[in-house]
Amino acid sequence: MLPLITIKQFLNDLRRQKLRSLLTMFGIFWGSCAIVLLFAFSKGLGDAQLKSSKGMGDNICIFWPGLTSKEYKGLSKGRRIWPTEEDIELLKNTAVTIGRISPEFRRWSQFIKYNKSLTRSPVIGVWPEFGLMRNLIPDIGSRFINNIDQTERRRVVFIGNILKNDLFGSESAVGKQILINDVPFTVIGVMKEKKQDSSYGGRDSRIAYIPSSTFRNMYSTRYLSNFVTQAAADFTMEDTKQEIYNIMGKKYQFDPTDTQALGTWDTTEMFTFLKNFFLAFNYFLVGIGITTLITGAIGVSNIMNVVLEERTKEIGIKMALGAKKSMILSQFILETFLVTGIGGILGFLFAWLIITLIPYMNLEEYIGVPQINLQVGFLVTVLLGMVGFLAGIFPARRAANLQPVQALKLF
Amino acid sequence: MIIMHDIIKTYITGQVTFQALRGINLHIKKGEFVAIVGPSGSGKSTLMNIAGCLDIPTRGSYLLDGKQVSAFNSNQLAEIRNKKVGFVFQAFNLLPYATAYENVEVPLLFAGVNRRKRKERITRLLGQVGLAEKAANKPTEMSGGEMQRVAIARALANEPDIILADEPTGNLDSKSGQQIVNIFHELWKMGKTVLIITHDSNIAGRVERIIQLKDGQIENSHSPAAV
Ligand SMILES: Nc1ncnc2c1ncn2[C@@H]1O[C@H](COP(=O)(O)OP(=O)(O)OP(=O)(O)O)[C@@H](O)[C@H]1O
Ligand SMILES: [Mg+2]
Repeated sequence: MLPLITIKQFLNDLRRQKLRSLLTMFGIFWGSCAIVLLFAFSKGLGDAQLKSSKGMGDNICIFWPGLTSKEYKGLSKGRRIWPTEEDIELLKNTAVTIGRISPEFRRWSQFIKYNKSLTRSPVIGVWPEFGLMRNLIPDIGSRFINNIDQTERRRVVFIGNILKNDLFGSESAVGKQILINDVPFTVIGVMKEKKQDSSYGGRDSRIAYIPSSTFRNMYSTRYLSNFVTQAAADFTMEDTKQEIYNIMGKKYQFDPTDTQALGTWDTTEMFTFLKNFFLAFNYFLVGIGITTLITGAIGVSNIMNVVLEERTKEIGIKMALGAKKSMILSQFILETFLVTGIGGILGFLFAWLIITLIPYMNLEEYIGVPQINLQVGFLVTVLLGMVGFLAGIFPARRAANLQPVQALKLF
Repeated sequence: MIIMHDIIKTYITGQVTFQALRGINLHIKKGEFVAIVGPSGSGKSTLMNIAGCLDIPTRGSYLLDGKQVSAFNSNQLAEIRNKKVGFVFQAFNLLPYATAYENVEVPLLFAGVNRRKRKERITRLLGQVGLAEKAANKPTEMSGGEMQRVAIARALANEPDIILADEPTGNLDSKSGQQIVNIFHELWKMGKTVLIITHDSNIAGRVERIIQLKDGQIENSHSPAAV
């Protein structure tokens, strides 16, 4: 019987005290919505940032020919160190810390022709691993250079998506013949469009990739423009770099600590920075979140306090009319739970709605794809609920513990 | 019906203790119509609140209908307030956001009366106090006299044996006050025990017995004719 009475009471009171309930609900609603959105957008932004910084490759290090900067075993400094494909084979076969490696031969601004379309773009010769390291993902129905292309020195080419558009437009490219400096090549693959926020030697989307064996044959070259490597699992890029300096230093007689002998660009450092940055950013958000929560909590308890006078009197009246302490309390508990619960759930749903609609607004480029963090949403809702609950229940408890006359006279 | 023995009520405000009731001995029989009078601050409201179980005495024993109320816990006291006594305040104490109907309904809800019975009872009570047409009005839409009549209907909701009223006409003009007094008179005739605090000699003239308080003690107790 008791719960029923309480519910009837509760519904009556809720209906009558619309403004207060609405304000409280709105406080909770806004708090949970704002925090859920905040975290969702930050996650989306972070992911987008990480994804586009991985556009050039995932934890790779690029090595360039360099000049020695230290004297070594009687040899002067300033000697040019210019690796060849054979060195890369040596590294691949002997270095245990290398996961993947590929040479990169480059010629800038080569004539590329298909029917009447003519354009100029860089041509590079690489190994099959290159595509994996540098996130050159073939579009559907196409592939990257493979080992057979490499050993048979096939005249096949994998082209960036923009280069493909320049040459073919909307026409399909795979299987067609193009001319690179008047030498015919068969297109075997087109790169899937990707985000790339850093590069060396041109944007991947504008490059023509051919097997390094074919490249050397065509351009009669021995020396690499650079080479790219990825550390083996269980090793850091530091280990890999050191081993490469050791092996190359031994072969070319330079000091293995001479980092000028081969120039490097270690993108893992950038990732570490990005990761740290977003970690810091997340702490910042947690700070904002907590502040929002506190503001919301103060708002909610303020609303509760504004009506404390009225409510205490109400409790006094009800007790004078025979309400038991448990009835008063269960009504308040139910009321605060419902108000904060509805507020929290609505806030969460509203945030969810916004996040569901965002992808239709074509803003991905600027803000990424926001993602709801369920734990954060849950935590916020629970925390705000608890604050509202405590703010509602303590005055009620205090009033219910008084004699009816005291509650009636309190204000 | 009401037997008080050596009731003492002490208020402590900061460092100051104040004895509002200093040994009250009181016996009110079933069906009596009693007025409590006395100067302001003499302890009338304090006594009435204890009689209505809205407050507890600091010391002393209070027997209500043969039950030792001074030993009751808060739930038992709530039960008494709900069913045994009906309390009418000078300041009405209606729920401001509820209609006349809903205000009368409150004690019925606490008593667990079903919907049909509630409706029947409320309609009858509002009719009895002459407010059948005002059932849907909120306190702000009623006159003082009407609010007090709603409060009386509410006090009668669970058909208590005892009606306690603390200056029920104090906030009303003489005409509305007269109406209220008539209602109490009728209730007494119907067999209820009625206790009323008043400054109004008009009311005091119509009761069976007048209890005069002074400085927290009963100065004398007599019939109105003796004044
Ligand atoms: N909660 C309280 N704390 C301290 N003192 C109180 C409290 N309630 C009442 N008193 C004091 O107790 C005394 C009796 O108060 P009470 O309200 O019973 O007087 P009363 O006879 O009803 O007066 P009035 O005719 O003005 O209503 C007064 O002096 C009052 O100041
Ligand atoms: Mg008084």
